[in-house]
Amino acid sequence: MSFAVETSIYKYVLKYSARQQVILTLMAVASFPFLYAFYELPKMIVNGAIEAKTVSFPTTLAGIEVDQINYLWILCAAFLLLVVINQAFKYIINLYSGITGERMLRRLRFDLYSRILRFPLPKFRRTSSSEMVTMINSEVEPLGGFIGDAFKLPVFQGGYLIVILSFLFVQNWFMALAAVALYPLQGYLIPKLQRRVRVFSKERVRLVRQLSDRIGETANGIEEIHTNNSARRELADFSGRLGAVYDVRLQIYIWKFIIKFLNNSINQLGPFCFYAIGGWLVINGDLEIGTLMAAIAAHKDLAAPWKELLNFYQRQADAKIKYEQVMEQFQPAGMIEQSRQLDEPEKIEPLTGEVSATGLSLIDETGVPLLESATFSVSSDQHVALVGGGGSGKSDTLHLLANLMEPTGGSIQIGDQKLAALPEAVTGRRLAYVGPSAYLFSNTIRDNLLYGVKHLPLKESTYSDVERRAQDKQLSEAIASGNSTDDLNADWVDYEAVGVGDDDALLQRLFAVLGQVGLKEDVYTIGLRSVLDPESQKGLANKFLEARDQFRERLDDPEISALVEGFDSKLYNQNATLGENLLFGTPVGDIFNMDNLAENEYVNSILDREGLTETLLEAGQQIASTMIELFADLPPGHPFFEQFSFISSDELPEFQSILNRISRDGLGSVLAEERTMLLSLPFKISPSRHRLGVIDDEIQDRVLKARHAFAENLPEQLQGAIEFYDRSTFNSAGTIQDNILFGKLSYGQAGGAERVGEIISQIVIDLGLRDPIMAVGLDFHVGIGGGRLSAVQRQKLGLARALLKRPDILILNEATSSLDGASQTALLASLRDEMQGRGIVWALNRAAMAEGFDQILVMKAGRVAELGTWNDLNKEGSALSELLQSE
Amino acid sequence: MSLNEEVEALRSVPLFAKIEPSKLKLLAFTSDRLTFAAGSELFQEGDPGDAAYIILDGKAEVLINTPNGELAVAKVGKNDFVGEIAILIDVPRTATIRAETELTTLVLSKDLFFRMVAEFPEMAVEIMRELAHRLESTTGQLREANNG
Repeated sequence: MSFAVETSIYKYVLKYSARQQVILTLMAVASFPFLYAFYELPKMIVNGAIEAKTVSFPTTLAGIEVDQINYLWILCAAFLLLVVINQAFKYIINLYSGITGERMLRRLRFDLYSRILRFPLPKFRRTSSSEMVTMINSEVEPLGGFIGDAFKLPVFQGGYLIVILSFLFVQNWFMALAAVALYPLQGYLIPKLQRRVRVFSKERVRLVRQLSDRIGETANGIEEIHTNNSARRELADFSGRLGAVYDVRLQIYIWKFIIKFLNNSINQLGPFCFYAIGGWLVINGDLEIGTLMAAIAAHKDLAAPWKELLNFYQRQADAKIKYEQVMEQFQPAGMIEQSRQLDEPEKIEPLTGEVSATGLSLIDETGVPLLESATFSVSSDQHVALVGGGGSGKSDTLHLLANLMEPTGGSIQIGDQKLAALPEAVTGRRLAYVGPSAYLFSNTIRDNLLYGVKHLPLKESTYSDVERRAQDKQLSEAIASGNSTDDLNADWVDYEAVGVGDDDALLQRLFAVLGQVGLKEDVYTIGLRSVLDPESQKGLANKFLEARDQFRERLDDPEISALVEGFDSKLYNQNATLGENLLFGTPVGDIFNMDNLAENEYVNSILDREGLTETLLEAGQQIASTMIELFADLPPGHPFFEQFSFISSDELPEFQSILNRISRDGLGSVLAEERTMLLSLPFKISPSRHRLGVIDDEIQDRVLKARHAFAENLPEQLQGAIEFYDRSTFNSAGTIQDNILFGKLSYGQAGGAERVGEIISQIVIDLGLRDPIMAVGLDFHVGIGGGRLSAVQRQKLGLARALLKRPDILILNEATSSLDGASQTALLASLRDEMQGRGIVWALNRAAMAEGFDQILVMKAGRVAELGTWNDLNKEGSALSELLQSE
Repeated sequence: MSLNEEVEALRSVPLFAKIEPSKLKLLAFTSDRLTFAAGSELFQEGDPGDAAYIILDGKAEVLINTPNGELAVAKVGKNDFVGEIAILIDVPRTATIRAETELTTLVLSKDLFFRMVAEFPEMAVEIMRELAHRLESTTGQLREANNG
């Protein structure tokens, strides 16, 4: 897979698709005789078969005597056959060139992506991610098409052109010459004009790249834009950029249409010559009419290949430039060798012994020295604290230690191994690094934890025959495009690295590391709030029903029954909204979305049937008038609206006018849409929370009737849209907590939620469900960049990921600085405990935390200031005490 | 218990007695109602305070810590307003309040209270007036104590 950069696109094409290009060219050449015959035949049909000028009948064909009519049939059949053959050639050639192009595009994209993986870190500071995205996604796209055409198109279209031209010249050289007289001019002029267009195209690419950069920047800096009130400026900036793009595009259009104008005009000279010169020749009897017709037909087909060739010339130049532009971006100095990143060493030895840095120096791309001949030596099983102020170089030292960067001078050695020479297979497995904000991938918690122990596919996945065939096909395609042949479905988890034998032990180990970083409770809570997936439901649903039963038993205790109001199909739940009481189930999908119940046709039909519509409309009216009474005096946009009101400040005047109309003209005057607005209000009311007194006992009784009608009459196509609460079945659409609770937390009970949480937790432990629930929590999807977790949770998960792979040395670069003091101290103890007998190098954000470490390395202005124990260093006048005082 | 009853309870608190009913209704609607089981504590002496409580139903004891242990100094019940100092100024709780029976309260958080005052300045005026009354009566008591 390793490759040096091919300097031009043709070299790239030849290197990876020479065989395909030869096949394509041969196919193109093979098609020419048929093409020539295709143009020759009409002449024979008109002159020979129809006009009988060149043939006298009966004649013999392949030894068989035929008359004129049969001769015509045979020639026409041959014509039809040639049509099919020629189109078949076109089809096969195009398909094959399409496949070649797509494979090469896939290869190119893969190559570029694999280069990103090997970029030196500073490169990422200079290149924005959106720029890389556009280059790999859209900019190389036309290259694929071009590669497929690289040789075949000039050969095929050029050959096509020559075939037609030679046919024309054979018919009458003078007429043919006149028809193509202006071609040389065209061939000279058009590329010149196209070059102009190309300059603009290049400019356009550049501008669009900057445009996408700006969009990316806006998304990243959105907080700054809001808090600096700079939206207007941003809009002006964007508008200016769009203007520049517009200008360039306009120029492109102008020149493109000038080219089109010239092309078409010159092409029409051909017919002019045929009619004038050809007509004159026919009249004089120097040319057969059939020949002229065939010539006109052939010339009509001449325009297409000629245009294709001219176009190709432009595309070729474009592709050359684009390839060079892109490649230039993708070969920064200091790229990691591919073999160092991907090769698998025969044996991976632990990185132990003396960690010694000698004359370490690092200079950033602007020439500023970050480290200057830093020299130190510590034992790899020691816990070393790295302290220093801003610009001390402690974080750069760790970058070097984690082999994230190469030093400008000097070297680091662990035992007898030189760090810079070690492949990532060693450093990435034997060392662990956690930075100040650990990145999580958009995946589940489990996948993020295991990220550090998935280096290569270890156990093949088991496939059915059908799956296997599909897999093999994928694989052979991947090989043809030089892509990765590793199977993503295989088991990549390195159990040995984790130190466990099977999945059960692995799970326990995951829980253990989560415990060490203090995430266990979080994962349990997340699990409790998650919906169980159908697969794990099979085994666990009954267990959770048991938990529900036990929880129910606890509800007999009056102290606890005050905290939760259980679901009962015969009772109105005072702590649930009217909507929830009516549905008495969990909506699946959007049909019975609680916010839009008033719009739902079926809900409305049930309300009508139970005579509830009018009642609820009146209730809606009452609620609306209360809301207006309460909130009308508040300015629009006041936070109370968002927090407390059922009506937004925008809707308030509208409701006001609806109510006025009702009090004047009665309920009948309300429009359908306004009815929905009113009707939607009571659905959101829960008697015990909102205390509006609108939903009285009578309405509650009728809602209960409607609840039963709703369930009984539910049409078949809506059956899947709701899962009803049923005491004896697991609600697969509800969260685990909801399933155990099977009810609603009572509103306004001091400490109620905590108490209920404790009871559930106790039951869960008694039934041995804590682990399964945590396992469900592990399947929680953390969102893009871990956005669905808090910053602290993300950081802890990053630490857990590092612990899981049992590194020889754990490198922590201010990895706990986002945590509060108490959690930092707890984590410090727990991590040091786990890493007993193995090494830690920890850049601390506060020097005071270094107390208790085996060694303390104090850095100052890129140099090592001191190295020693706390007691050695904590003296008057030492660099450490200076740091401690400044804190 | 409906909103109107809560408004009535609020009205019986001198601090809010003269405030327009519609504002009180908003205050009631936006406030949480919290029920405490008998024996549980609303807050403890020394805690930072962030809310005041209007007792809607039930009874509670006011306790202070003395060197000889807890001492019950007062009893509070329906429509009593407790912990109000905490929403006006940042002082730790000066006493512990423990529910004697099941206690239903309306929680007036500091945040909410200040937002209401900011929104409706007439409320602030009424509250100022009430506080001035209290100051006046305390001063009066002090004078009497001195004279006596």
